[in-house]
Amino acid sequence: MVDADWSRVRLHVVTGKGGTGKSTVAASLALGLASQGKRVLLCEVEGRQGIARMFDVDPLPYAERRIATGLRHDGRPPGVVHALHIDPESALLEYLAMYYKLGRAGRALDRFGVIEFATTIAPGVRDVLLTGKVFEAVRRNRRNKGATSYDAVVLDAPPTGRIAQFLNVNKELAGLAKVGPIRSQADTVMTLFRSPRTAVHLVTVLEEMPVQETADGIAELTRAGLPVGAVIVNQVRPRDIAAADLEAARAGKLDADRVAADLKEAGIDVGEGLVDGLLEEARDHAERRALEDAQRAVVAGLGRPTYELPRLPGGVDLGGLYELAADLKNEGLA
Amino acid sequence: MNTRMKSHPRVGPLASGPGPVPALDVDALLDDRGTGIIVCCGSGGVGKTTASAALALRAAERGRRVVVLTIDPARRLAQSMGIERLDNTPRPVDGLRSNAKGNRKGGALDAMMLDMKRTFDEVVESQATPEKARQILENPFYIALSSSFAGTQEYMAMEKLGQIHARAQAEGSYDLIVVDTPPSRSALDFLDAPERLSSFLDGRFIRLLLTPAKGPARMMTAGFGLITAALNKILGAQVLRDMQTFVAAFDTLFGGFRQRAQKTFELLQADGTAFLVVAAPEPDALREAAYFVERLGEDAMPLAGLIVNRASPVPPGMLSADEAMAASARLRKREPTSLTAGLLRLHADQTRVVEREALLRARFAAAHPEVPTAVVPALAGDVHDLAGLRRVGQLLAGAP
Repeated sequence: MVDADWSRVRLHVVTGKGGTGKSTVAASLALGLASQGKRVLLCEVEGRQGIARMFDVDPLPYAERRIATGLRHDGRPPGVVHALHIDPESALLEYLAMYYKLGRAGRALDRFGVIEFATTIAPGVRDVLLTGKVFEAVRRNRRNKGATSYDAVVLDAPPTGRIAQFLNVNKELAGLAKVGPIRSQADTVMTLFRSPRTAVHLVTVLEEMPVQETADGIAELTRAGLPVGAVIVNQVRPRDIAAADLEAARAGKLDADRVAADLKEAGIDVGEGLVDGLLEEARDHAERRALEDAQRAVVAGLGRPTYELPRLPGGVDLGGLYELAADLKNEGLA
Repeated sequence: MNTRMKSHPRVGPLASGPGPVPALDVDALLDDRGTGIIVCCGSGGVGKTTASAALALRAAERGRRVVVLTIDPARRLAQSMGIERLDNTPRPVDGLRSNAKGNRKGGALDAMMLDMKRTFDEVVESQATPEKARQILENPFYIALSSSFAGTQEYMAMEKLGQIHARAQAEGSYDLIVVDTPPSRSALDFLDAPERLSSFLDGRFIRLLLTPAKGPARMMTAGFGLITAALNKILGAQVLRDMQTFVAAFDTLFGGFRQRAQKTFELLQADGTAFLVVAAPEPDALREAAYFVERLGEDAMPLAGLIVNRASPVPPGMLSADEAMAASARLRKREPTSLTAGLLRLHADQTRVVEREALLRARFAAAHPEVPTAVVPALAGDVHDLAGLRRVGQLLAGAP
């Protein structure tokens, strides 16, 4: 295993290809950290209100809301998860108010369409604003009066294809703002993102394209000098059929008579091709498992600590998040 | 009308809706010479790229002359189609299958991968004088805008579609264009792109940047001075200067850009266009699909149907998940490593997944009963060659 002590990490960035369940993993990680007694902030930046849906609460405003409590651990009181939905407009207005005390000019900016321009069109500015707010939450500490400080911040980040660009804010601005306050803001943010207090985790499933994208993402993050964290393999199929049986299933050599006898003994009415059906399912499963194993080997070759989460047949609800959080805690990521 | 998708083999209480969901007849859509453009949209990670390539291949092998515009195909798939190089030009795909008589009915397939920046540059070059084009292409603000503006990819996909369509019309080169849409957070981004570009071009701020320092700017100027001062303070003076240079150089192109965007938008509303919404049988993807279906309705865009991609295969037999779990537990008690117990557990899991997916589909259908739907079972492996695409095409068309 490669360097898998996450206790010093203050900012967990969770990314992944679309459809791999990165938001689910980010939420589970936040819950897992809270189950160690930590006070956690879970942020989302893509305007999706995914956190509100997963935790079954009202849509989140641009304000930190307490949304869940971790599991009790070793008799210690559990930590809590707060959530924050970061949108660039609010972040910009807050930023202007905080650093520039732009009273009248701030309002004028909005009237002249500058807020809209800056948050939707000006390249890179949007990302600087989003990451800037995350940075502010991480850097906050007990000295900041009146503000809640956190032991850890989990960011449900943009997908793998965009993550290096998203975090590499000063490169994005480089062609534009070479000097000036927004540039120095970007530089400060980068210092945190490049430090060991940050870890960028990549979520994948055991299929070729997501695994390939994970490998590309790791390479890109490394080139950008951003700290790659763990690879989290999500939606892993159940593994309760022995390797030898899987091989036999693939070859179509499972013992049908034995299965029929077992079923009978378990009180199941064998008929209408039930045994054949089960063997067919087994063959399909074995084929998929073989492909999964091939991809698992590729993931192992990436040289990052790896964690696996099971596929939840019933789908992911709040209970499911707690289950996954417990898995992450037991495996040592949270 | 073909009935193959009308019912699912395991219709239980969960899957029963207000009525049967109309089946999407993919082959009828592909064979209809009136279909000139097929747009595949949906949220990221649902298999849009594979679906659009599979549709294009199937159409070509059924006699259409097709070009498929893909955004970001998996490397091996791109290689197998001969488009691993990002050169923004359609390339012929080799290896199409002829029918039994060795006659391909005149069908052909070209494929291309979108190069967003290149497309943007080409538009600038085609619209401006060489001198002006150079000025724009070298401007730092343009460089940032053309490579990272959220929405550039969507807009450029549309731009490219417009170009290919115009050329196909003029040269008679293609009779069907299949478009894959960028892997955006939301499927809606594709439709919003022209609007966003227009709002950029019409934005008050851009207009202000264009206002000459001395001129009939009248009352605007006072407030604007305040703003430039504020922006210079935040961004640094040079950013605003770059922006102003860019906007001034770009000004004459604005009209052309808006016109093109408008034309492509109209093209999407025309009768020859068919939107296919692709979704995975997951709550998020189906929610996005529902938004998209509603939006297409609002914008009077022709929706052909919903493709529920990568559905879990329905397990054979009638054994329920609960029964299987109970029996599995009984066998485990006797023999912890029992193979049959494992098979039963597997069956229970699979049945639960399929039931959940059926429920999600039924809910979608309850809200959108008129949307023809095709359910495509997930393949065990990844698709990275024409044979794989052909298989997906068969599944899309409901062929065995």
